[in-house]
Amino acid sequence: MFLRRSLLTRHSVLPGFDLALGFALLYISLIVLIPLSAAFLKTFTLSWQQFLDATTTPRVLASYRLTFGASFLAALLNAIFGLVAAWMLVRYDFPGKRIVDALVDLPFALPTAVAGIALTAIWAENGSVGHWLPFKVSFTPLGVWIALVFIGLPFVVRTVQPVLEDVNRELEEVSATLGANRLQTFSKVIFPIVMPALLTGFALAFARALGEYGSVIFIAGNMPMVSEITPLLIITKLEQYDYAGATAIAVVMLVVSFVMLLVINLLQAWARRRQGGLA
Amino acid sequence: MTTVALPATLAAAGAAAPPNLRRATGEAPWVRRLVIGSGLLFMTLFLFVPLATVFHEALKKGWAVYLAAIVEPDALSAVKLTLMAAAISVPLNLAFGLAAAWVIAKFEFRGKQVLLTLIDLPFSVSPVIAGLIYVLVFGLQGWFGHWLQAHDLKVIFAVSGIVLATVFVTFPFVARELIPLMQAQGIEQEEAARVLGASGWQIFWRVTLPNVKWALLYGVILCNARAMGEFGAVSVVSGHIRGQTNTMPLHIEILYNEYQFAGAFAVASLLALLALVTLVLKYWVERLVQGEKRSTGDRVE
Repeated sequence: MFLRRSLLTRHSVLPGFDLALGFALLYISLIVLIPLSAAFLKTFTLSWQQFLDATTTPRVLASYRLTFGASFLAALLNAIFGLVAAWMLVRYDFPGKRIVDALVDLPFALPTAVAGIALTAIWAENGSVGHWLPFKVSFTPLGVWIALVFIGLPFVVRTVQPVLEDVNRELEEVSATLGANRLQTFSKVIFPIVMPALLTGFALAFARALGEYGSVIFIAGNMPMVSEITPLLIITKLEQYDYAGATAIAVVMLVVSFVMLLVINLLQAWARRRQGGLA
Repeated sequence: MTTVALPATLAAAGAAAPPNLRRATGEAPWVRRLVIGSGLLFMTLFLFVPLATVFHEALKKGWAVYLAAIVEPDALSAVKLTLMAAAISVPLNLAFGLAAAWVIAKFEFRGKQVLLTLIDLPFSVSPVIAGLIYVLVFGLQGWFGHWLQAHDLKVIFAVSGIVLATVFVTFPFVARELIPLMQAQGIEQEEAARVLGASGWQIFWRVTLPNVKWALLYGVILCNARAMGEFGAVSVVSGHIRGQTNTMPLHIEILYNEYQFAGAFAVASLLALLALVTLVLKYWVERLVQGEKRSTGDRVE
């Protein structure tokens, strides 16, 4: 009864608060919080200088540039085509629409290692798409980008789609009645409504891409300074038994993840407010 | 009762709207074709082609090679380990998901937002880091490393480490599916059951659980798909011992790196089939939930 008395802000006749909350907190602590704190505690065994040395060598800096750059560009492409795809699925009818709609979630359901070898088979120099191209995709930063586009694809579609479905069509009619052409109606009426969802989808795809490992490593070729992503560098350090070095880089990535989580929460809160105001 | 026909109500009639109004609230045919064309091209290139490639590469050398790659002992033991890791981690996360959804959806309490953020946390952590933190806790150099060694126990490079890493990465799925639905359903039915004298477990089994069964099923499906397919986190803690600590995704990696492409894609095709089953079940469950929503909506009206 301790949790119930000290935490509840509204009286409830329902039972099970202490048991359920107690179990949930114990589980989160054991599975997530205590192990995560191990990463931060481990870095405290390093001095500030050692930490900086481990996280800012040229090879590590090159991996940040690749990971952040490719993730950003992949999320950008997903934002553009995710909006196009969501629009197509909500507003138009075409043969096979249901199958396409169901297939959007494939990157969530397909294991990353499977995606990784499939993408390599497609984009390699002798691959089904790769052999048509005059330039190399696999074993270059371009390959990393392709893999990150794949795994980020569902995020924008699935955040924009429901908002687009809820857009009040009467707003568009009013806009047309007042003399706006279709492009003006889209850019001044519809786009501002879906914008928060679009940004949320972008942030989700970006955050996911930052930590991605399985789908990238096969197509990337993993050349140091060129096509080596930060998560792979962590594994490389671990395999060399450089636990402190691996953990230092991991902590940098964790801090970035937490910031992204905060940004996404703020974006979602903003989207909810906008939606509430317009519904 | 007569009403003045406004343009807006005409448009609501859809096909009955005059052509000039349809032009004003719809896109020109070439825009429509461009959107559908580029959208489909993008999705074909990034969704359909990768999926088809898995099956094409798996069967390229014929069924005999395909079957041989799957019934090979190392592949079978990888399948077994993958099934086992999922069979342990999914029920654990199911129990957690139910407990977390119960407190978040049915009670108002301080720190609720913090709890919600904590549940999302594993989604934002790289799978590689998920593996790393367990190495730091249970590895030889880790917090419990000496103690485990002294008692002849192994977590890292053993099955229990694989299960732990899998639990971590699949942690939020069930909770995330249940929370929004249970919040939307409110607490009136549970309160009514309480007033009528039902015990806590009776309320849970007879009121709450039947109301969320499809979302629960969907959460379990997603959790299972991710549990069976997890690669990065498991890769860090497994040690890649063939026939012992290799899951299916790790087995695929080893075969691929040894240039046994047909074998790698054969095992991959099993996981791709699992992904397809997941997508079909998701589609089916979503339709059921929508149908249920419509029928309960009718009743309320």
